[in-house]
Amino acid sequence: MAQVTMTVNGKAASGEIEGRTLLSSFLRDQLKLTGTHVGCDTSQCGACVVHVDGVAVKSCTMLAAEADGADVATIEGQANADGSLNVIQQAFQDHHGLQCGFCTPGMVMSAAALLKDNPKPSESDVREYLEGNICRCTGYHNIVKAIMAASGQDVGAIAAE
Amino acid sequence: MPKDGGIGASSKRREDVRFLTGAGNYTDDINIHGQAHVFFLRSDIAHGTITSVDTSAAEAMPGVVKVFTGADFEGVGSIPCGWQVTDRHGDPMQEPAHPVLAQGKVRHVGEPIAAVVAETLAEARDAAEAISVDIAELPAVVNMKDALKDGATKVHDDLTSNLCYDWGFVEENKDAVNKAFDEAAHVTSLELVNNRLVANPMEPRVAVGEYARGTDEHTLYTTSQNPHVIRLLMGAFVLGIPEHKLRVVAPDVGGGFGTKIFHYQEEAFCTFAAKACNRPVKWTSSRSEAFISDAHGRDHVTKIELALDADNNFTAIRTETHANMGAYLSTFAPSVPTWLHGTLMAGNYKTPLIYVNVKAVFTNTVPVDAYRGAGRPEATFQLERVVDKAARELGVDPIALRRQNFITEFPYATPVAVEYDTGDYHATMDKLEEMGDFAGFAARRAESEKNGKLRGLGVNCYIEACGIAPSNLVGQLGARAGLYESATVRVNATGGLVVMTGSHSHGQGHETSFAQVVAEMIGIDESMIEIVHGDTSKVPMGMGTYGSRSIAVGGSAMVRATEKIINKAKKIASHLLEASETDIELKDGAFSVAGTDKSVAWGDVTLAAYVPHNYPLEDIEPGLEETAFYDPSNFTYPSGAYACEVEVDPDTGKVSIERFAAADDFGNIINPMIVTGQVHGGLAQGIGQALLENCAYDENGQLLSASYMDYAMPRADDLPMFSVDHSCQTPCTHNPLGVKGCGEAGAIGSPPAVVNAVVDALQSAGKDVTHVDMPLSPDRVWAAMNG
Repeated sequence: MAQVTMTVNGKAASGEIEGRTLLSSFLRDQLKLTGTHVGCDTSQCGACVVHVDGVAVKSCTMLAAEADGADVATIEGQANADGSLNVIQQAFQDHHGLQCGFCTPGMVMSAAALLKDNPKPSESDVREYLEGNICRCTGYHNIVKAIMAASGQDVGAIAAE
Repeated sequence: MPKDGGIGASSKRREDVRFLTGAGNYTDDINIHGQAHVFFLRSDIAHGTITSVDTSAAEAMPGVVKVFTGADFEGVGSIPCGWQVTDRHGDPMQEPAHPVLAQGKVRHVGEPIAAVVAETLAEARDAAEAISVDIAELPAVVNMKDALKDGATKVHDDLTSNLCYDWGFVEENKDAVNKAFDEAAHVTSLELVNNRLVANPMEPRVAVGEYARGTDEHTLYTTSQNPHVIRLLMGAFVLGIPEHKLRVVAPDVGGGFGTKIFHYQEEAFCTFAAKACNRPVKWTSSRSEAFISDAHGRDHVTKIELALDADNNFTAIRTETHANMGAYLSTFAPSVPTWLHGTLMAGNYKTPLIYVNVKAVFTNTVPVDAYRGAGRPEATFQLERVVDKAARELGVDPIALRRQNFITEFPYATPVAVEYDTGDYHATMDKLEEMGDFAGFAARRAESEKNGKLRGLGVNCYIEACGIAPSNLVGQLGARAGLYESATVRVNATGGLVVMTGSHSHGQGHETSFAQVVAEMIGIDESMIEIVHGDTSKVPMGMGTYGSRSIAVGGSAMVRATEKIINKAKKIASHLLEASETDIELKDGAFSVAGTDKSVAWGDVTLAAYVPHNYPLEDIEPGLEETAFYDPSNFTYPSGAYACEVEVDPDTGKVSIERFAAADDFGNIINPMIVTGQVHGGLAQGIGQALLENCAYDENGQLLSASYMDYAMPRADDLPMFSVDHSCQTPCTHNPLGVKGCGEAGAIGSPPAVVNAVVDALQSAGKDVTHVDMPLSPDRVWAAMNG
């Protein structure tokens, strides 16, 4: 067992872990931050995306020990300080960009990473960026719309409903 | 002007806030003090006799609580099948036992042989590796036609063969159908495969069993679409636990698509082991486990023939289908290729004679059961492909041939036992032609060709049957359950309502749309209404959510219960207002006396019901809570027309979807935003089936596509923006909301549109290609072109 310490959503967090403990397990099982989901075991689905030192990472593919000392952001820390939904979260609700909600935390975290690097992505930019996030419910239409809307673009003309 | 609430409004989903902030409560988020974890040791061999299982080393491993094998489950019931099909000769289907843990033999890769319960999942997994299992391998039966040959290895030694049933529908029509084919001016025939799929909800299955020794009460938290059904099947048939000692909870569930309808061994195991170990036991499926333990879908091999007269009228349809059941009968498996498939073979057309033959076959593969659409996509695919092929053979426009044969008068009794109440197939086709800009297709094709690509346009229609019912009919067809729904509406003293519905939401947004209906009926704000589902201790009874039944059946039960509430509230109001009950009107959340300015607010009436100081106690009881069970008189019949435009790269065979338009008739609509989203998701799954997804076994019964590395899930860059319309509305005539259901339409209607479009593209280049089997992967399309 080893000790890890990191900052998660702005707060110090630490725990005793086995060497093989994945960051996703540490967040879910030890810190009880169950918003980060695990939908596969081959690093394909993206439900577990979090930010580590500002970079989007699949937390099922990183050992918790590798995040020792890092600054980690999860879905639980994304809302505005007053608890209201942030711009991306609000756009997902406004444009019905989620159904069962299971892939949603990863989608929101990936969208945040995309918009940080590419503040006005085209439709194809968004679709290409989301290659590593699988959604089985929405057909992606409304997710793409939500992300473009969150970037301040007019999505009314993108496609007929 | 869009409404801002109630029926017809695109109300934003209230459930979204918790899902967007990481505050959902999925089954894997539930952890109970003292909980142990189970890991299942699963067979890596498709067929064999278990000669020994040695668990002694595993039992000595760190953290191990107990190791279970099949021997621990002798005397425990078989996992039951909920539907018995009767074959052509009047005999019941062959129905093998389905043990919780393998007994004597393994019959598919993934079948659980042993289970280790340990302090942590890692310890359970480590110990499972120390279990020594000897299996004498037997030949695996994988291909359905091989399975039916004389002398084929039997999947189940105690059955007479690998044939589950040989079903004919309608058997009495068989000779007349054959005669119509003899007399036909033209016959078009087509052999095709409806590819095997894995539903793949993004949340893998999870089960947590808990046992309270002091009260002898069991609780199962599980990823289910129908917790009451699990309570009945598992309690009554597997573990012998009466319903009053068994609570089943399905909290937030991350997608279902059919595969979370069924009762699985892992649920029974965790419930059983929680008592045996006297501590909570949790199982969380990995995705790899899901591929070899979740029921698969589709897997039909079909020959369909269409007979036409000299005027191109359809005169008869004849089909023969082999349907894979896998190694055991999953909960509703026998119903899918029969009553959910044969009854849909009329489609949108007035074909007078139809005969459907289905041979259901056991193989050494994972059980196959309902997946989004369940039987209806298989029916639609073969019918819409053969109609398209007929149009090409006859040199007529595929849309014109369809229109010529459309059913136009309703109600319409098909020759396959169902009666369509309403529909307007010309209207949806008219809408589709407008949405799809068919007039501009030639120019788009020319542009594609300029870029070295082939362009094709594929069109098809579909009809769906939702809300399978009524119970007395489905009982005659072999269902071992009723197919009603229940709702309890509890009004609190201060006027808020709690609706406890037997429908279950796992992405459909019932918490929002169901509240819209009640808000409209009473005239109060949606925020005053809470929708509760997914817990047998809160909801009296429920049949759950599948077959696009929630709003049509569950919504109707809720309407009936709310009507009872309103009737009682009117009685109370008439007393408070000192007026005749017949003069009381409810509008905008207030009761008034017709023709006067006397009124009393909703909240005053509900308060009077619970604080009955001034109350007609001699006439009615205090309180305001009502329950209704609703058993529909018929299915509902949504319908529509879909169009797909593809580009095919002739050098690689790669297909890309350039445009997709869907014109649906769902009857009345509660929340257009949610309905549109349901269609989008269905389209993605249907296009996934048509272009990408395939569940592939090798000849030894090894699953080759057992992870997201090998099973091609549709990703964002595989799909276009969709054009979706549901303005054509012919309301259902037999339910109170006039609703039809929308959950499966996209998955039912889209595969033939894609394949029709690809065939059109290839034929435009002079290729003699009449069919390509799904998925239309680049290699298959290239091979078809370069045959």
